[in-house]
Amino acid sequence: MSQTVAVPSMAAAAAPITTPPAVKGPAPWDDAVLAAVLMTIEPRGTGGVALRALPGPVREMWLSILYDLQPPGTPRRRVPLHVTDGRLLGGLDLAATLRSGRPVAEQGLLVEADGGILELAMAERIAPGTVARINLAFDTGEVILERDGLARRTPSRFAMIALDEGIGDEGLSSALLDRLAFHVDLNTIPYDAAVSCDYDLEDIQAARALLGSVTINDAQIQTLCGVALALGIPSLRASILACHAARAHAALNGRTLVTDEDLAAAGRLVLAPRATQLPPMEPPPDAEPPPPEPQEPDQEQDQAKDSSQEPRALEEMILEATKAAIPAGLLAQLQAGKVRRTRSRSTGKAGAMRNAPSRGRPAGVLRGEPRAGQRLNIIETLRAAAPWQRIRREERLRAGKPVNRLEIRPDDFRISRFKHKSESTTIFVVDASGSSALHRLAEAKGAVELLLADCYVRRDQVALVAFGGQGAEVLLPPTRSLVRAKRCLAGLPGGGGTPLAAGIDLGMLIADGIQRRGGTPILILMTDGRANVARDGTGGRTRAFEEALASARLVRALEITALVIDISPRPQPQGRELAKEMGALYLPLPHADARALNDAVRATTR
Amino acid sequence: MPIPFPFSAIVGQDEMKRSLLMAAVDPSIGGVLVFGDRGTGKSTAIRGLAALLPKMRAVDCPYHCDPDASDDYLCDECRAKKAKNGTLKSHQIPVPVVDLPLGATEDRVIGALDLERALTKGEKAFEPGLLARAHRGFLYIDEVNLLEDHLVDALLDVAASGQNIVEREGLSIRHPARFVLVGSGNPEEGELRPQLQDRFGLSVEVKTPTDLAVRMQVVRLRDEFERDPEAFVAKWKAKDTKISRQIQKARKLLPEVEVPDQTLEETSKLCIRLGTDGLRGELTVIRAARALAALEGSRQVKIAHVKTVAVSALRHRLRRDPLDESSSTNRVERAIKEQFGE
Repeated sequence: MSQTVAVPSMAAAAAPITTPPAVKGPAPWDDAVLAAVLMTIEPRGTGGVALRALPGPVREMWLSILYDLQPPGTPRRRVPLHVTDGRLLGGLDLAATLRSGRPVAEQGLLVEADGGILELAMAERIAPGTVARINLAFDTGEVILERDGLARRTPSRFAMIALDEGIGDEGLSSALLDRLAFHVDLNTIPYDAAVSCDYDLEDIQAARALLGSVTINDAQIQTLCGVALALGIPSLRASILACHAARAHAALNGRTLVTDEDLAAAGRLVLAPRATQLPPMEPPPDAEPPPPEPQEPDQEQDQAKDSSQEPRALEEMILEATKAAIPAGLLAQLQAGKVRRTRSRSTGKAGAMRNAPSRGRPAGVLRGEPRAGQRLNIIETLRAAAPWQRIRREERLRAGKPVNRLEIRPDDFRISRFKHKSESTTIFVVDASGSSALHRLAEAKGAVELLLADCYVRRDQVALVAFGGQGAEVLLPPTRSLVRAKRCLAGLPGGGGTPLAAGIDLGMLIADGIQRRGGTPILILMTDGRANVARDGTGGRTRAFEEALASARLVRALEITALVIDISPRPQPQGRELAKEMGALYLPLPHADARALNDAVRATTR
Repeated sequence: MPIPFPFSAIVGQDEMKRSLLMAAVDPSIGGVLVFGDRGTGKSTAIRGLAALLPKMRAVDCPYHCDPDASDDYLCDECRAKKAKNGTLKSHQIPVPVVDLPLGATEDRVIGALDLERALTKGEKAFEPGLLARAHRGFLYIDEVNLLEDHLVDALLDVAASGQNIVEREGLSIRHPARFVLVGSGNPEEGELRPQLQDRFGLSVEVKTPTDLAVRMQVVRLRDEFERDPEAFVAKWKAKDTKISRQIQKARKLLPEVEVPDQTLEETSKLCIRLGTDGLRGELTVIRAARALAALEGSRQVKIAHVKTVAVSALRHRLRRDPLDESSSTNRVERAIKEQFGE
C-alpha cells in the first residue's frame, strides 16, 4: 500500500511536525490539519470542511489552527441553528428605517461572510430549507435578496465549516456534504494528538500566489474520476473538488504541476470519506483485511513512486492510497457489504415538519389575522406597517382626524408560523418463525403491504424488523421508500424458532431512537405470540414468553404507541396478554380484513 | 453578476438541454421541471440558457410588454398609450431570466408598495415584483420542492391565469405575467406538491453520468472554466451563438410546423394507454414535438419527434400506483414501445 506517498511532501514543505517520535504516515490529525490548510489556500474551489466532532478541546484546537491561518481581516460568521431568513439573507432594518424615514437594508450573515468563512453550528440539524438558502448563495457567489420590499444582489463568496455534532446515524445532509471537499472526523482523535500546526500565514500566502498557475493534466483528471467511480461516488462534484484539492496541495508544496503526491492527498482527503463501495475488480480479498489504521508505515512507498505514469497504473496507485485512507468505521461497513448506496442520511429531514398554529419552531411569517390561537408577530407587523406611516398620517390629516403616532391597520397584521415535527415512523416487527411461516406469514406480508401503502399516503417512514431462528434482524432501517420495504418483505425468509423477546427488543430500540430525535414511532408487532427462543438463543417456551412479556412492559414504560396483530389461525391468549403488557391495541387477524386493519393502524397513529 | 457556465459546454444531459430549448422555442409548452441527482448541472444549464436566449422587442415599461400583444396582455399604461397613439415604441432587450430565491417574501414576489417612495415622499406607488420582472421570460426556482406553500399558491394562481392581481389598501393593480416556470430540485429533499408538478409542461430526470469518459470530460471542462471563466466563455462563444440562432430559426419556423392527423391519433392512443388525466398531457406532447421539429428545421412533426418528447411530457402525469415498482419513466417508455414498436 502506498498511502503514505504524501508524507514526505508535507514534511518537505514545512518543518516536520513537532510531535515527537511516533509520527509515521499521515495520522488522522495531520490530515485534518492539512484539510484546514488546503481549504484556506483554495476556499472557493474546495468549499470547506464538514467537521464531524463533538465540542471539546480537539475541535477547538482544529478551529483555532484554521482561524490562525486566515489572513487578517477574513470575516468569520456563525450561523445559529434556527437562524431567521432576515438574519441569514438580510432584509429591512426596522429600527433604522423608522428612525430615518427611509428604507434601510440590513445585511444578512451570508453577505457579511463574503470573502471569509461561514460556520454552521449544529449543522446536522439544520432544516433543509436553510441549507438550500445557504447553498444557493454558495453556488452562485451572491445573495439574491427579494424581501421586505427590497431587491438586490450582493456578492457572497465564502467557504463553509459545517460543525457536525451528530452521533451515530445523525449526520449532515447530503446537500451540504456534497459541496464540501473535506469531510474530517475528529471524534477518534485523542486529545494529546491534537497538536499545533507548522504552517503559517506565509505558507498560505505563498501557496495562494502560486495557485493560479498550477495545472492538472487530463490523465490526472481521469485518474481522480476513475478512483471516484471505483469507490462508488456518484456525484461529479466530488471529482471536481478533488481536482481543486490536488491543485491546492501542489501549490502548498511550491509546485506548478500537479504530481502523484497531490493526487494521493486529494484521494485521501476528498474521495476516501465518500466511498460507498470497495473497488469491485480487487483481487480476491487478501488473507488479512487491509489494516484499518492508516498510520501504518509503508515499505512499498518507493515502489509506488516508481510506478509508470500510464493512467491505468496511476489510477491504481491513487486508488490504493485512497482506499488506505478510508476511515476505519466506514471501511468495516463497506467490507460487510452494508453499503449505503447514496449516503443520503435523512438528517436535516425535518422536512416532514408540519405547520402548526402555535407551537414548534418558528417558521416564518404570514399575512393574516391573529385568530384560532395564532400569534401576532409584532415585529413583522411593524415592519409591514412601517412604509405606510407617512401615507396614512397624511390621509388622516386630510380627513381631519387626529393622527396617531403609529398607524397600524389590519392589513399589516403578520402572524408567526410554527412547525413541529409530526413525522411518524411505523416499525413493523414481523414474526418469521416456523410456526408463523407455516400458516400466516404470506397473509401477514399482504397485510403489511396494505399498511405500507397507507404509510406512503401519509408520508410516514417505515422500518422493518424480522425475527425468527436465533434472533432478530433489522431488514429495513427507517425509510420512506416503499419499494425497498416491499422488496425486503418479499425476500423475508420463514422458519426456525420464535425469539419473540429479541424481536420486540430490536423494534423498541429503533422506536426509542426515533423518539429521542423527536419523531413519533409506532410499533406494529405481528406474531402468533408463541415464543420459544429466549434472548440467549436457547429454547424453552416459558422462559421465552416471560422474557417477551418483560420486553413488552418496557415498551409500555417508554410510552411507545404499539399495536399487536395476532396472526395465529386461532387467536391465543398469549397474544392478548402480550398486548396488554405492552399497553398496545390487540387485533386478531382472522377477524381483521385489510380495511379493519388499516383503520386500526390509523386509529393508533392518531 | 457571476459569469454563467456556457450552455453549449454542458456534457451530456440531452433530455434536460432539449427540454429547455423546446420551452424557449414555445413558451406555451408550460415550463420545465428538472429533478435529479446532485451536481448534475441543473442550475448551470438554466443559467447558461439565460445567456444565449435571443433578445426580444419590448416596450419601455415595468412589465416590458410585447408591442405586438393584444390588449389583454398589455399593462394598463401600455394599453392607454396604444389606444392613443395606435402603436407602441419598443426596443430590444434580453429575455428576462428571473431567480425566485427561497426566502423571498410574498411582497417581493407579487409586488407591493414602493418602499422608497412611500417612506421618503409619502406616495402610494406600486413596485412590481418578481412576477412582473419575469413577464415574457423565465422564472427560475431552484430547490422548488422547498418553496413555502403560500408562495407556491400565489405562483400557481398567476401561472394559470397569466395575470397578476394585487389588491391592498388602495393599491389595485393588474398586470400581465406570463412566464416559463423552470424549477429544479433534488427528490431526496422532499417531493413536490402534485398541484405544482402538474403545472410544468415537461418534467426531466437528470442522473449522474456513470461513464468514465463523460465524467472526465465534465470535470475537465468545469476545471477549465473555474480557472479562467472569461477565456472559457470566449472559447465557447461560437457554439453558444449557434444554439441561439437555432432557437431564433425554430421560433420563426414554429407556426409552419404541421402535425399530421395520424400523429395526433397515435399520440392520443399513447395517452389513453397510459391513462393520463385530461388533455393536458396530449397537448403538451404535441406542442413539445412541434417545438422539437422546429428546432431540427423540420416542417412536419414525425413519430420520432413524439417518441423523443413523450417521456418528458408525460412522466409526471401518470396516476400514482404506490406498489408499482417500475418508475414512471419506465412505464412511459414501455407504453411508447407498445404503441409505436421499436
